[in-house]
Amino acid sequence: MTLLTIENLRVSFRTEDGVVQAVDDVSLTLDPGEVLAIVGESGSGKSVTGLTVMGLSRSPNARIEGSIKLRDQELLTASDDQLRKIRGNDIAMIFQDPMTALNPVHRVGDQIIEQIRAHNPDMSKAAARDRTVDLMERAGIPRAAERIRSYPHEFSGGMRQRVMIAMAMSCSPAILIADEPTTALDVTIQAQILREIKKLGEENQTAVIMVTHDLGVVADIADRALVMYGGRVVEEGSLDEIFYDPQHPYTWGLLGSITRLDRERPHRLPAIPGLPPSLLNAPKGCHFRPRCPFEFDKCTEVPALEQRGGEPGHRDRCWLTPEEKKEKRVVDGQIGLRTEGTVIA
Amino acid sequence: MGRFIVRRLGSMAIVLVAISILTFLIFQAIPNGDPAVRIAGRHADPATIRDVRKTWGFDKPIYVQYVKTMGKIFDGSVISYTQSLNVEDEIKRDFPVTLSLALGAGLLWLFMGIVFGVISALFAGRWTDRALTVLSLIGISTPVFVIAALMLYFLAFKWSIFPNGDYVKLTDDPVQWANHLIMPWTALSLLFIGFYSRVLRSNILDTINEDYVRTARAKGLTERRVIVRHVVRNSLIPIISLWGLDFAAIIGGGAIITEKAFNLPGVGAFAANSIGQLDVPPVLVVTMFGAFFVVLLQTVVDVLYALLDPRIRLTA
Repeated sequence: MTLLTIENLRVSFRTEDGVVQAVDDVSLTLDPGEVLAIVGESGSGKSVTGLTVMGLSRSPNARIEGSIKLRDQELLTASDDQLRKIRGNDIAMIFQDPMTALNPVHRVGDQIIEQIRAHNPDMSKAAARDRTVDLMERAGIPRAAERIRSYPHEFSGGMRQRVMIAMAMSCSPAILIADEPTTALDVTIQAQILREIKKLGEENQTAVIMVTHDLGVVADIADRALVMYGGRVVEEGSLDEIFYDPQHPYTWGLLGSITRLDRERPHRLPAIPGLPPSLLNAPKGCHFRPRCPFEFDKCTEVPALEQRGGEPGHRDRCWLTPEEKKEKRVVDGQIGLRTEGTVIA
Repeated sequence: MGRFIVRRLGSMAIVLVAISILTFLIFQAIPNGDPAVRIAGRHADPATIRDVRKTWGFDKPIYVQYVKTMGKIFDGSVISYTQSLNVEDEIKRDFPVTLSLALGAGLLWLFMGIVFGVISALFAGRWTDRALTVLSLIGISTPVFVIAALMLYFLAFKWSIFPNGDYVKLTDDPVQWANHLIMPWTALSLLFIGFYSRVLRSNILDTINEDYVRTARAKGLTERRVIVRHVVRNSLIPIISLWGLDFAAIIGGGAIITEKAFNLPGVGAFAANSIGQLDVPPVLVVTMFGAFFVVLLQTVVDVLYALLDPRIRLTA
């Protein structure tokens, strides 16, 4: 049975400058135990999607439409109190910056115990503490029995993220949403933290939504990936499909932007020219159109996310024919995005 | 922490010496400040003035006068020029009045400041917040003597709800003590309530956007717990420090206007009378007395700060 189903999710925020359409028609499904990556650059709507699942983007200025179902329960119409009981218990979240995500004036142990007791009011303090020590040990924090009395500033960034992971796993959630959990960490720590998330996810049968802009992270731990651009999902597929048979020019650009040790050193770091669209005043039709070298008259219409050239389950939003895609994505024998002036490969 | 406190007490000594020298010099610089002329009386002949000058030691160099006066302050024998009363006995007599005023007002403005600040922040932008903003601005900008005059006129004189000034000892009659102090407490508090609620409101609005508050919500805590334990708890820390200093200033005789307006014979009123008579010893002692409390409470506040925010280490 599908664990999480998002259908036609649209999230917009009223701001002083106008309405920002942060998430524009996103649909996805998540199976138990699956690791789904949501990839995209800043402003692509990936974080807002995660926060909306948690009910944390609710505000008087936000307009949220569509449907988010946890098993059979609709979350968008759930009361604040129903949502509160789901948060941290059925769906947990890890944030990007572990330096600011923990309250500096409370001991780390207390911050985890607090969550356990919020969802298990009958559990004794001592039992919650034992559970916290166990969780922190399993998240790879040495001498956890002593460290529960430490304050966040006494931990390194990596250790704080381990505390966040222990906290997120404290009620054995069915879904863990990790919002760029390794972005703020040293490269050497990143792999450890990812391994920890994957290991604990498998142990607890927790499905993971990994929000990231790092294709390396996706390749490391994901089963399936969604590529987001300008608030929309532009491509969805298995890891192999996204990396070896990408259908959308934006995905080609992302793949072409990876610098690789096994290739000749490029003269300049490859990048997709132009800027991501302003969601305040998004371009008509395909959001990638202004940066896409293959734009043609049909692109002013929004293409639906559907199976076009790939296997079943591999869907994209690009009007090019499958044959054109196969031909155009190849740059110097690799997948990339060829643009005027700069070649990205 | 022990070392920190010792060092702070050391710096307190320096502050007290510096303040006493400054105060002493100010009175030397005031025109018509010759104490001998005033002590000798209005129509005294030059010989009498010379006599007074000699017996009181005003003919000696300033630094000798200063050292002698300080010596008297420390052995408790310093007397005022105008009334020849022992200054320290006067302060001992007046201090309970000032303490009664400061304690009641301090607790009142801390409590009300927190209540209004939290309400204002939680309803930010709505009419409750706007009404409180206007009220606190009125509180901040109305001088104490205006508030005191209005209260005395309406509440005491016209409607006779509260007694018209004066002080009743707590040990004599606790009910009358409080009854006599309600107006002074309120008058003194209004400014601080307005100020504290504004500061707390903006602290809370800053804190509420912190990542750790989002984490607290993501954990599934009740909104009440998120606000109390993660937002207000963190926002209160600067308020504590503010309170310590303001409270110290009041205890040290800073509520001069309130004490005068409500006819409370406190340390502030004593200082005000002494300044009016250019009477150096009482002013000197009251100033040092106030500085002592400011430095003392600053130390207490710093220690408290370190307890409330574990990131802060005490280094003097």
